[in-house]
Amino acid sequence: MSHRTIGAIAVFVAFTLASQWHAAAQKSDSAVPSDPDAPTILHALNRVAYGPRPGDIDRVRAMGLAAYIDQQLHPETIPDPAVDSALAAFPTLTMSEEQLAEKYYRPLEAMRRDQQQKQAKAAAKTAKAGDVAAAAGDPQAQLPPEMRAMRQDAASVLQNLMQARIIRAVDSERQLNEVLVDFWFNHFNVYAQKGVVNEYLNTYERDAIRPYVLGHFRDMLGAVAHSPAMLFYLDNFQSADPQMGRRGANQQVEQIERRLNNPRARVTPEQREQAMARLEQVKKNMPRGLNENYARELMELHTLGVDGGYTQKDVQEVARVFTGWTIDQPRGGGRFIFRPAMHDPGTKVVLGQTIAGHEGVDGMREGERVLDILAMHPSTAKHIAFELAQRFVSDTPPPTLVDRAANVYLATNGDLREVTRAILTSPEFFSVDAYRANVKTPLEFAISAARATGAKILVAAPIVQALRTSLGMPLYGCQPPIGYKTTADAWVNTGALLARMNFALQLVGNQQRAIRVDVPSLAPDTSEATRTRLVGQMLAGQISSSTSATLAKAPNPQQLLALLLGSPEFQKR
Amino acid sequence: MNRRIFLKNGTMAMLALGFAPQFITKTVQAARARRKVLVTIFQRGAVDGLSMIVPYGEEWYYKTRPSIGIPKPGAETGVVDLDGFFGIHPKMAPLAELFHRHELAIVHACGSPDPTRSHFDAQDYMESGTPGVKSTRDGWLNRYLHAREHADATPFRAVSLTQQLPRSLQGPAPALAMAQISRFGIQAGRQTDTMQADFESQYAAAADQLLGTTGKEAFDAVKMLKGVNAAGPYTPANGAEYPRSGFGDAMKQIAELIKSDLGLEVAFAELGGWDTHVQQGNGNGQLANRLDDFARSLAAFYADMGEGMADVVVVTMSEFGRAVNENGNRGTDHGHGNAMMIMGGPVKGGKVYGKWPGLAPERRYENRDLAVTTDFRDVFTELVTKHLDAQTTATIFPGFTPTQRLGILG
Repeated sequence: MSHRTIGAIAVFVAFTLASQWHAAAQKSDSAVPSDPDAPTILHALNRVAYGPRPGDIDRVRAMGLAAYIDQQLHPETIPDPAVDSALAAFPTLTMSEEQLAEKYYRPLEAMRRDQQQKQAKAAAKTAKAGDVAAAAGDPQAQLPPEMRAMRQDAASVLQNLMQARIIRAVDSERQLNEVLVDFWFNHFNVYAQKGVVNEYLNTYERDAIRPYVLGHFRDMLGAVAHSPAMLFYLDNFQSADPQMGRRGANQQVEQIERRLNNPRARVTPEQREQAMARLEQVKKNMPRGLNENYARELMELHTLGVDGGYTQKDVQEVARVFTGWTIDQPRGGGRFIFRPAMHDPGTKVVLGQTIAGHEGVDGMREGERVLDILAMHPSTAKHIAFELAQRFVSDTPPPTLVDRAANVYLATNGDLREVTRAILTSPEFFSVDAYRANVKTPLEFAISAARATGAKILVAAPIVQALRTSLGMPLYGCQPPIGYKTTADAWVNTGALLARMNFALQLVGNQQRAIRVDVPSLAPDTSEATRTRLVGQMLAGQISSSTSATLAKAPNPQQLLALLLGSPEFQKR
Repeated sequence: MNRRIFLKNGTMAMLALGFAPQFITKTVQAARARRKVLVTIFQRGAVDGLSMIVPYGEEWYYKTRPSIGIPKPGAETGVVDLDGFFGIHPKMAPLAELFHRHELAIVHACGSPDPTRSHFDAQDYMESGTPGVKSTRDGWLNRYLHAREHADATPFRAVSLTQQLPRSLQGPAPALAMAQISRFGIQAGRQTDTMQADFESQYAAAADQLLGTTGKEAFDAVKMLKGVNAAGPYTPANGAEYPRSGFGDAMKQIAELIKSDLGLEVAFAELGGWDTHVQQGNGNGQLANRLDDFARSLAAFYADMGEGMADVVVVTMSEFGRAVNENGNRGTDHGHGNAMMIMGGPVKGGKVYGKWPGLAPERRYENRDLAVTTDFRDVFTELVTKHLDAQTTATIFPGFTPTQRLGILG
């Protein structure tokens, strides 16, 4: 087969590139073939992009594969008018954290409190009346209509974000950028269903992930560390110096008790009751002290990796460093704030380095210092290089490639564009072993199917819904901080496989009214010429004789397309 | 017996449709092997265990719950007595009978060593089976399945009656999620049969081994179910009446799967609505309505299974219990220890297991919640080693050494 030759040749190509800063030395390292065959182009499109649209293989051949990859590494140079105009329908995407809080989350929080008080009063009333039966029913169902409407409004922020994610993945010309947004969001995973995380997702993806996927890792790490989404998801917003927190609470307790016990203070029985209730409240909310969750995942998942050489002691020390990194009013869309009162000002030792403690606002500098140390640690370089190589090359990436990419990381101060480039232009990327080596994740499958059929996304909801239910990979819905697995074993199971075939059937059957596939122009008939063309543009002509036989039997164009998209060949990239 | 009839008719049906006979051989062997089945049920949202299994012999119980306490046995809407100290919620009366027949055991004051009162974290920990460790990727049930992979396993070895695979079943061992067993398969209208055959031949020739074997499993499973679905709507045995609810429907389908001898070993179902912060109710009301559905579904399953319960154990769990004191809204807030139920033929029932810590303030966890005296993993350990065939739980509950032997399963 022709693709078997692609990896063997280390081609040193001379091609014209728009970007002049691209050093000549890096160019000569490139293993991108100058005259690639269709399987090689398909391979690149399946990795750099979410698979080919009709005609993409020819387009890339015409512009040159190396030029295509380089252009994708510079998304800022690629116009994207179709997506720009589609996204204009979702104004929440561009609203600031403050605008979102003002419009949605603060009013919702105010109403929630108001509602709680009302319910408490009603409960007291029914208690007096002794009416037990009235207590029945679901509290959700008793919500006043205006509150339900407000909730729906607020929920639209997340729905818009999901729509946008799908539309961009399918239609954006900046395909590598979208692939990387998915990759880095998953690396810094947060879960929409935990508490108020959903209120922060829009700004999290837009402001902490998107700007940096081809930037410097340290910048993304910092933006994530400051994001309310991550602070809430991994509980750091509650993490406080146990001494400091208790001291404050104890002072309050003492104050109240002194007042209650002072015979000269005139305290009415009502005031006494109130004070007792307040006392109970303060005791209940007594800070629990240090929370290590963020500190642990920061090292295990975000930077060093599980065998990256840190100890449980390091986890505790890093947790102390990040005390005070919290959210100003976490219920109500509040923003990041550093609270010196929660911060542990003592000296810490992290990975053998002494971090001097600071009182007051300077305490925040300790966290920045630790992020600096972690970002440029050799274990981090290796961890990031491994994950990227796994995404772009194979489930078990060659160690030589990982080492090379890790060296690029360290040499470029963690420049993710250069690390990504090193992988996408490596001989390993173009090796026979990498060809169709990966199974698409459900997201990659659904998006690539929509692209392969040139589907027009009017409303992305059917894809969002399929991912949430039958395909089993809900957007923003991965519970553990480690994120979705990207390897085949996680996604190939009986139910999920059938779900893919059914998704293919639905997509081309135009049962998904919100998503249109123009079947007549894509497949006017089931003739051999049509089949050859489709197999060529979707799978570079390479299918098994068995798959070919099923296509030849297809009674109509819809079934022909479904058999292509549901085939084992299409599940791979 | 039902299962024999199915095997005969099912076999004929499959042969008539020209399906591969090797599966039938497997199924017959499976039937002979008398598989043990574990049915796990998650009450999501933290059920109030003190209202399910009521310590009516505790003075603190009524002191702390003036409006939501369930009255003593004999009173109107009072508890049904279990052992002179504990009673079961009146809406769960159908299960009291099982307790007295020694087929239902309770473990009270059971839960997680982790202090979290977050639903999210606590459910995660109970399903991953690793309290306090967030990065665990697979679930405890899957680790059991993986540790005991065997050649006789069918695609129906582990089935969740949910839309998505629950956390406890996620991992390397195969497991199926299907909310409706009648909807499992290729859905192509009138073309379903040909499309299915076409996809099957594609996957039989797949270059990728994982896709090839999984594809085969998938189509084998579809064919096996076809036999079940072709037999027409399922009729429960012994006059069992399942409630018309999501949970009742799930339990009914689990019974159908077990009786169809498809090789089921682990089943999962769930039901929510337990987060009763406001207007919880007592013998009647919000919680009572949920318990009614819960208990009637379980009782119907038990009746429907009949003698089949000799090989089946059902366990119920919830992420944590609720605070001892009722709150200002006649509800309860998030707490700690809770009650688990274990029922089935192999169960040494009729007993409330676990050390009862008492409800006096100084005996509570953090002065407010029912303390945990039994780690939930101690219960799970007995399920997988005594009922199922795990030799050790070292890989199923990494880092955990069982702290006590309860003897729920002898």
